[in-house]
Amino acid sequence: MRRRGASLMLLPLLALAGCGGIQTIGGREGREAALIDDLFTLFCIVTGLFFAAVMAFLFAAYWRRGGHRADRMPDEGATAPRDRGLRIALFAWTAAVIGGLMGLAVASFLTDRSLAYSTAAGRPVVSIELIGNQWWWEARYHFPDPSQNFRTANEIHLPTGSAAMITLKANDVIHSFWVPNLAGKQDLIPGRVTDIVLTPTKVGRYRAQCAEYCGLQHAHMALDVTVDTPADYARWLAAQTRPAAAPTTPQAIAGYRFFMTRQCSACHAVAGTPAGAGVGPDLTHLMSRRTIAAGTLPNGTGPLHAWIADPQGVKPGANMPYIGLDADELHNVVAYLETLK
Amino acid sequence: MSSPFRNSFLPRALPSLHAGRGRGWVRLSKRRFASLAHPPLAPPLQGGGFIALAFLLALAGCDREQRDMNGQPKAETAAFVPRGDPRSAEYENNAFHIAQGQKWFGWFNCSGCHFHGGGGMGPPLMDDQWRYGGRMEDIVASILYGRPNGMPDWRNKITEQQAWELAAYVKSLSAHPRQDALSARADEMSNTEPQTLQERQKVVPETKAQPSGEEN
Repeated sequence: MRRRGASLMLLPLLALAGCGGIQTIGGREGREAALIDDLFTLFCIVTGLFFAAVMAFLFAAYWRRGGHRADRMPDEGATAPRDRGLRIALFAWTAAVIGGLMGLAVASFLTDRSLAYSTAAGRPVVSIELIGNQWWWEARYHFPDPSQNFRTANEIHLPTGSAAMITLKANDVIHSFWVPNLAGKQDLIPGRVTDIVLTPTKVGRYRAQCAEYCGLQHAHMALDVTVDTPADYARWLAAQTRPAAAPTTPQAIAGYRFFMTRQCSACHAVAGTPAGAGVGPDLTHLMSRRTIAAGTLPNGTGPLHAWIADPQGVKPGANMPYIGLDADELHNVVAYLETLK
Repeated sequence: MSSPFRNSFLPRALPSLHAGRGRGWVRLSKRRFASLAHPPLAPPLQGGGFIALAFLLALAGCDREQRDMNGQPKAETAAFVPRGDPRSAEYENNAFHIAQGQKWFGWFNCSGCHFHGGGGMGPPLMDDQWRYGGRMEDIVASILYGRPNGMPDWRNKITEQQAWELAAYVKSLSAHPRQDALSARADEMSNTEPQTLQERQKVVPETKAQPSGEEN
């Protein structure tokens, strides 16, 4: 019995192990997350104090009365205290509750305004359109010069210290964008445009997860968020803007031919080639990503083989179909994809 | 090779023009070319030699616009998916496959020609007329192998499963699929009620002809 009690005590401690790391509530790696975390801490302290006070009064009353009247007679004075001190205490308590609630309301309002003016200090330098699909993310980077625009999938990169205005859209059902380390949630709603501002302050790698149940593979709809120094970010942008290099080895060339003439190019695009379809993830710089299939598998030769050979085995229900490549075709296509650095 | 001018250029109802054409043409062109070429033409190119060369050069353009004037649609190809394919029953009247078909219809730009079933460049899909048969197998054959006069061949561009799903959706546009299988919401913008709310239309009894899908 005692052992079970001890293990029950351990459970919350184990749950604490989930805090910290690349996806954690209460992270302070972004300006917005820090603001919300401050507000949350304030709420915890204020409500905790009041809870403690109520409990203290309750136990004091219980202890004083002992649970029953000593003389077992009806207590006539119980409902209308004539004691002056007690009346003052009741007024003080009511005033404290009202003041506390007002204080929390004001704190919420100030935090909300502070979040809303995230972009006021400097205009957002990063403009990203993020589109939710079943079950992957498409990111489109927009620049004042439209020839610099590019698409990528299941990852975004952000520089530290700049506000990033992220415009959110959905193609099929409602999704929700949530990078707990950087900010709160925002829904992606078909037919509407929503937005959220992220101002990351700390270099690192974070994980976003769709936070609105969106179908069979909701759990496998992750977004890899990389926060870089401005210099690293500029380097990444320059790499992403380049079109794909032409394949050179015979195997990769065979894979390129297959890709361009068969099912692959009906959905996927590779910048700089005839493949320009817009319904599947853009693969121009596939090998620069850490994961494939929206965080389902790590990126690499083996997982790519598995994913292309049998997508429905890896991620049942995904819109990437089983094509039935023979072994040579599979090796060729993966060889070509591996040139997409 | 007969002169193309005699047959097509001049109406047969004007025989006099036919008769007098040669000389007038020659005179005209000779004068014009002589005035254009400022230095006198070299001796071998003067007179008859020049005219013969000009005609020879003109002949080279004869097949430029050659075409079959009584053009009929090309013979129908033998694209064929055998009847009684078990997939036909599996995909037709299946809510998931119809919904997926609707998705592919937008993804692969079927609406570029057929619009949302009403037809545009391509034939309409929501009426009861089927040029190449209206069974699931016929529709799949049209999608996978293409049809003359514009329908491209989608084999190896989409998977067979996608073709069957597309066929299920296309068939649901015109036929009377089970109400519980229909999508309650069209993917495209539309000012009509969703199919599930529309009143079912009766098959007009006076049309004796079977739907052409049955007669093929």
